[in-house]
Amino acid sequence: MAKKMLEVRQLTTKYITRHGEDVYSVDHVSLDIEEGKSLGIAGESGCGKSTLALSLMGYYFPPLHYTSGDIIVDGKNISGLDPDVVRKTVLGSDVAYIPQAAMNALNPTRKVGKFIEDVIRAHELPMDSKQIREMAEQRFALLGLPVEALDKYSVELSGGMRQRVVIAVSTILNPKVLIADEPSSALDVTSQKMVIKMMKDMMAQGLVKSMIFITHELPLLYNVTDDIMVMYAGQIVERGSAHEMVFDPIHPYSRGLMNSILVPEEGTRDVKLTAIPGTPPNLKHPPAGCRFADRCRYATNACKFNQMPIIDIGGGRQYRCGMSVEQLREVYASEN
Amino acid sequence: MKSTLRNIFHSPRFMVGFIIFMVMVLTVLIYPYFITRDPLVSLGKGFLEPGTYFSIYDANNASTYRMELPEATMNRLETSLPLADRQLILDFLKAKGADLSDLDTSNDKVGELIEAWTANYDEADVKASKYEGFTTQAKRRALARLNTKLSSSASSDVMTITRGDGEEATTSSISDTDYARVDQVANAITLPLGTDNFGRDTLTELVKATGVSLIIGLIAGSIATLLGLLVGLLAGYIGGIVDDILMFIANIFTVIPGFVLLILIYYSVGQESRGVVTCAVVIGLTSWVWTARSVRSQVISLRNRDHVNLSKLSGHSLFRIVTTDILPYIASYVVMAFILQVSSGILAEAQLSLLGLGPKTTDVPTLGLMMNWAKLFGAYTSSNAWWAYFPVILVIALTSFSLNLMNTGLDQVFNPTLRD
Amino acid sequence: MKIDEKTNQAPVDNRESVTFGTDRNKDFSKEPLCLSGKDVTRIFQTGKTTTTAVDHVNFEFHKGELISIVGESGSGKTTLSKMLLGLLEPSSGEIFYRGEPRDISTGAKKRQYWKGIQAIFQDPFSSYNVFHKIDNVLLDCINMRGGRNLSKDEKFAMMTEACSFVNLKFAELTNKYPFELSGGQMQRLMIARIFLLKPEILLADEPTSMIDACSRATILDMLLNLRNETGMTVIFITHDIGLAYYISDSIYIMEHGKFVESGKAEEVILNPKAPYTKRLISDVPKIHEPWDLSTVG
Repeated sequence: MAKKMLEVRQLTTKYITRHGEDVYSVDHVSLDIEEGKSLGIAGESGCGKSTLALSLMGYYFPPLHYTSGDIIVDGKNISGLDPDVVRKTVLGSDVAYIPQAAMNALNPTRKVGKFIEDVIRAHELPMDSKQIREMAEQRFALLGLPVEALDKYSVELSGGMRQRVVIAVSTILNPKVLIADEPSSALDVTSQKMVIKMMKDMMAQGLVKSMIFITHELPLLYNVTDDIMVMYAGQIVERGSAHEMVFDPIHPYSRGLMNSILVPEEGTRDVKLTAIPGTPPNLKHPPAGCRFADRCRYATNACKFNQMPIIDIGGGRQYRCGMSVEQLREVYASEN
Repeated sequence: MKSTLRNIFHSPRFMVGFIIFMVMVLTVLIYPYFITRDPLVSLGKGFLEPGTYFSIYDANNASTYRMELPEATMNRLETSLPLADRQLILDFLKAKGADLSDLDTSNDKVGELIEAWTANYDEADVKASKYEGFTTQAKRRALARLNTKLSSSASSDVMTITRGDGEEATTSSISDTDYARVDQVANAITLPLGTDNFGRDTLTELVKATGVSLIIGLIAGSIATLLGLLVGLLAGYIGGIVDDILMFIANIFTVIPGFVLLILIYYSVGQESRGVVTCAVVIGLTSWVWTARSVRSQVISLRNRDHVNLSKLSGHSLFRIVTTDILPYIASYVVMAFILQVSSGILAEAQLSLLGLGPKTTDVPTLGLMMNWAKLFGAYTSSNAWWAYFPVILVIALTSFSLNLMNTGLDQVFNPTLRD
Repeated sequence: MKIDEKTNQAPVDNRESVTFGTDRNKDFSKEPLCLSGKDVTRIFQTGKTTTTAVDHVNFEFHKGELISIVGESGSGKTTLSKMLLGLLEPSSGEIFYRGEPRDISTGAKKRQYWKGIQAIFQDPFSSYNVFHKIDNVLLDCINMRGGRNLSKDEKFAMMTEACSFVNLKFAELTNKYPFELSGGQMQRLMIARIFLLKPEILLADEPTSMIDACSRATILDMLLNLRNETGMTVIFITHDIGLAYYISDSIYIMEHGKFVESGKAEEVILNPKAPYTKRLISDVPKIHEPWDLSTVG
């Protein structure tokens, strides 16, 4: 069995609003990723996927607060560490995080090479300018990025190039876990493809040991990651391999999501596109029972009052529903 | 709307500014009901220090009360023996070679100083020029005068006052134990801030001037804001040639330094026709440019918003789109700009008046005019009459401070990115 | 959600799914022309630099057709949509309305034109005047359709009907402000507005790009229902080629201000001719075919 790169146990984090209310946006989330694997996280906006990404860094700043649970990166527990320690010893080397607008992170007044120097310096590594420069050049060459970009200002680079440079810089210390939150959503399709290709290269070359990829674009997720996890209202509702999740979703919510996929492929014009009515619950006052019950077509009265445990059915497959897999499959089959 | 108002009044900055400003406005409104005197009437001559003044004449006619204060003599000496005299005593004692330890010119040592004087002064010796430094006649006479003064103050005395003239004259005497109550003196006046060089009550004048300056600020601010808003709206919304022409005019105003323009206009108008309103209008007409520019840029970004496009598609007229789809969005900004314009209008008036280009001086005081008078009559320098200018500076600073505070408070409410 | 006391069961929502009323492969070329353009060009000039946002485009939109204009950001599709709406004048070229040259030179003619063409914009949050209540938005439409003199009750009934068409309850919305609604609800209300106006042409500028994928079907379904009901022409502007393929009858692919390819949806997507279209389709991640990453450097 491969080594676990990231192990998360019952992680709970919360936002404290301006009025002092607690909003648990990540609620008892457990997940693990093996070396060389990638995990995709999908869900509607507001389901907590971005908060989960932030929480997994182990670096919390208000209004986000750590509540309980463990984050173990390659055997090292990083939850509950002092933020300064996390910033210096964990971020970049153990965990790297790329937010959606990462391309705006480049300092417009510094050349890219100098910016990389600043970043490395912030980690207090014993390297001089020349060594850093060499390291950066090697990494750029390895990832197929033009070395000339090191001597340019960020405004001279295209959006896609900027995003790739930022990803290359964030992973220069070979992190064990890369967390990418919508890294390609702001780009056009061709730039998106280049970014994805580079990220897959990094995984293949072992520069990044494991990856969490967050997006609401399911076709993209299907093509990027090994596994897909669906989140709803701060909880995991289903996890499985990318293929199983797209073609054989178990949870009604995952099924709803997968039914909304639109791709320019033969035959897709004839599929039935369905929507999930309603909106996700307000996490200030989460529902007492199953959080999806209000929007679920199959919900019974009991669903509204009983919390659903997550059920592991083997083969890396988990789901959170009161009905058995057979019952659900039967219902789905009867609809088509 | 309601919640915005609530937020505004929950903003500590806005509230502090608002309270300071309202206290000033209320003072300006209420003060005249208590002090009805004309603020520009001359009460006396020259700078009078702050304090309570009463008529000595009337004090004689007031009922007398007999009081024997133990410290009366000492108080009298303290106020009547000036510093120069005390120094003279010290010098004399030194020349005579007396013991000077623990003697100085401070108030609580006056008693001992006089004792030492009485013990050491000898008229004959002085006349004989026995002491070094007191050999000239002038110095000797000074010593003699001082001695007379001291001996008369120290002894109980009766003052005789003669009224009328010739045969009709009656005399009355006042003893040093006679007292009058200030309330019973027919003419007494308290001048908390003294008088200015014309002998006008500075406080009353200041309150009136604050009111007038606020009016100037309001008129100038309203004109500048309305004009700026109109130009900005037209230039921004209509665009094209209208925009080009209006912005060309605005650029001209930007290139010419506003203050120089103001000085020139003020000078050419001439002092006789420079009333308060004229002054305010001229300030307003020269300060609309930056309001126009920022309104224009906001309108341009609003013009391309989808709700404006939808409003056009709904067939609404230009007037309706501007008033209902654009104005409400920039209203908060315009309010803030107005507040700043009022503040800068008040300051502009103060600056111009200080240079002697203010409104006609005979009608009403303004904050700037008061500064100008104080400057002209040497309140800063020769007379050292701080009460004639310092309170004015304080009021100008407070007005400006409170208005700016209100502005930043509003900014915090309207601009969510500035909220903590 | 309320629970039915008698059955002790929650009412089950009907699944909202997209239904196409018309034949998916109907040939619209025989329908009368609705909107067409010849060499439509728009040049923007700032200082000495000129940008050609839309460059000599030709198009023919037929009555009842659902046309998608697909392009990436900066392709000029938004500029083109503004010209179609009459919010922007073409620098050169001509737009024809019902086969006749379009004349919107005066305010009155513009208003007349806008009775025939209406729009739904991308960002529901900026589509509303935040100072106006929802009722105003709908009342405006009734007035525009000449219902100014209707009684209050009649107007209320019309607004209720429009809202129920998009699955909203007017009674719950009345006297509310737009920002009290979710993005999806706001966009549905925009469709209710179109329902009241019943224009001949609807221009939908990325109406679902700001909306979650799982609520997207709801919006699309409502748009299509409205089209089925009124037979209006829909011009759908989008960057999502998968979405365009799914809903449209014809597709125009736009690159750098030019149409590089156009035709029936099936043909353009399954059998692309222009290199740009080919690249666009190959760069979009898919789920049945492998996504070839080797095509990019």
